[in-house]
Amino acid sequence: MGVRQTEEMVLNIGPQHPSTHGVLRLKVKTDGEIVTAIIPVIGYLHRCFEKHCENITYEQIIPYVDRCDYIASMNNDFGYVLAMEDMLAIEVPEKVQYIRVIMAEMNRIASHLLALGTFGLDVGAFTPFLYMFRDRERILDLFELTCGARLLYNYMWIGGLSHDIPLGFVEKTYEFLDYFLPHVDEYNNLLTFNKIFIERTADVGILTPEVAINYGVTGPNLRGSGVKWDLRKDEPYSIYDRFDFEIPVGTGIKGSVGDCWDRYWVRAEEMRESVKIIRQALDQMPRDGDVRGAVPRRIRPPKGAIYSRSETPRGELGFYIISDGKPKPTRMKMRSPAFTALSVLSEISQGWMISDVLAILGSLDIVLGEIDR
Amino acid sequence: MTFEEIYQLISAKFPDLEIGQPEETANALIVKSESWLPVAEFIAAADELKFDSLHCITGVDNGPENNLEVRYNFFSMTHRHWLEVQIILERDQPSVPSVEKIWRTADWLERETYDMYGIVFEWHRDLRRILLEDDWEGWPLRKDYVEPQFYRDMPVPKDKSGWE
Repeated sequence: MGVRQTEEMVLNIGPQHPSTHGVLRLKVKTDGEIVTAIIPVIGYLHRCFEKHCENITYEQIIPYVDRCDYIASMNNDFGYVLAMEDMLAIEVPEKVQYIRVIMAEMNRIASHLLALGTFGLDVGAFTPFLYMFRDRERILDLFELTCGARLLYNYMWIGGLSHDIPLGFVEKTYEFLDYFLPHVDEYNNLLTFNKIFIERTADVGILTPEVAINYGVTGPNLRGSGVKWDLRKDEPYSIYDRFDFEIPVGTGIKGSVGDCWDRYWVRAEEMRESVKIIRQALDQMPRDGDVRGAVPRRIRPPKGAIYSRSETPRGELGFYIISDGKPKPTRMKMRSPAFTALSVLSEISQGWMISDVLAILGSLDIVLGEIDR
Repeated sequence: MTFEEIYQLISAKFPDLEIGQPEETANALIVKSESWLPVAEFIAAADELKFDSLHCITGVDNGPENNLEVRYNFFSMTHRHWLEVQIILERDQPSVPSVEKIWRTADWLERETYDMYGIVFEWHRDLRRILLEDDWEGWPLRKDYVEPQFYRDMPVPKDKSGWE
């Protein structure tokens, strides 16, 4: 008679795995099929962003910022140029402000579409992913029309924009909004209220508000836990105080507050709010103005330090910039929202099955480019 | 609460600590490394302050002959006020008490600062490199860092044309 033995097993997921959204490696400690701890191993995409920034000028940093969160480059640019304009005390023309908000919100929709689509993919729903990519494509077409690039735009400059919006852009964007809004209901029918999807995600991976705040989780993940906190509303930057929109929060419609389904739901509802913002911005936008009028010729911020944050689709993006009066920064620290979101994974996955880990990971919507920098 | 009020409250609680204000960033506290832990516990727990969210930890190198620094950016979701804390450290043996038990987000942020600057966070339960490999040598974001010639027998590219 052999002695029956039980011991903890370590299961390795990644770095090459379709559900890790990039090159992420998870060391999952399991007791049978129950997860006891997760040790994420990151850094596979580390590109020395902060070290590079100390060797290049402030203008040259913008393309690098693009590449940090390649799913929402516009929002990343926005955060960076806001910090720099704060430092340089530049007054940005009205038209530029509006175009920036329009671009940032369109990119938010595109980013959420990708997040929701791949989340569905992670739990086994392939079809909605294709529907969402079809519509994301339209947004990328509009970006291509504006600045020539589809993913890494280098569009927002310190004090202005690289290009003015092209002829017909406003009409095309209105057309897109009219086309897009009914499709949100289509996604809801396909995925959100799909019984299998609800079974996989509701009541799974519950993130309580206290844990979320303590772990520095921000953005849709925090709002999914029922915390009504959005920088665009609570500490409006740029011109966000001029628009009328709601902040969706998780209320535990299908399970409990802060589960995977709530995090999903917040993103789905945020797309509608973004549509509202874009529509208002298009209505109010002044039609003429020079988008490069306030771009400074030489960028030499005064000696000092600044910490500035903005709301990207993944949460609060912070920049800590120290200048010593030269054209290159002494220190550039990027506080990445996905980095802190990933650190909570081990905490909320304990006690769930291995297959739930992928659902929880998908619901956190991480981008490895931003985590590893 | 404004910075002045926060400053008054903290300095009243810790009269024997030297809490100063730096020149370049107006709204920040300078705390000594030895006295950081009680101050951290106080600002996290005190009802009037309640800094429940640690936003960012930034390591700073002030040059090869100068000090290192750690800067913390706190935010209170309850009262909606900000605080920046700066701790100045010796270059040869930089160490600062860890706050990862108070704010769990400090876990990874401190590991990142350790990874890049070699600043040791005492009593951190899992202080390892996070972004770089465990066998990487040196602290890359220090100003006097020299890139290695080889890493695991692979030559490290030295071509920097187009950087400047």
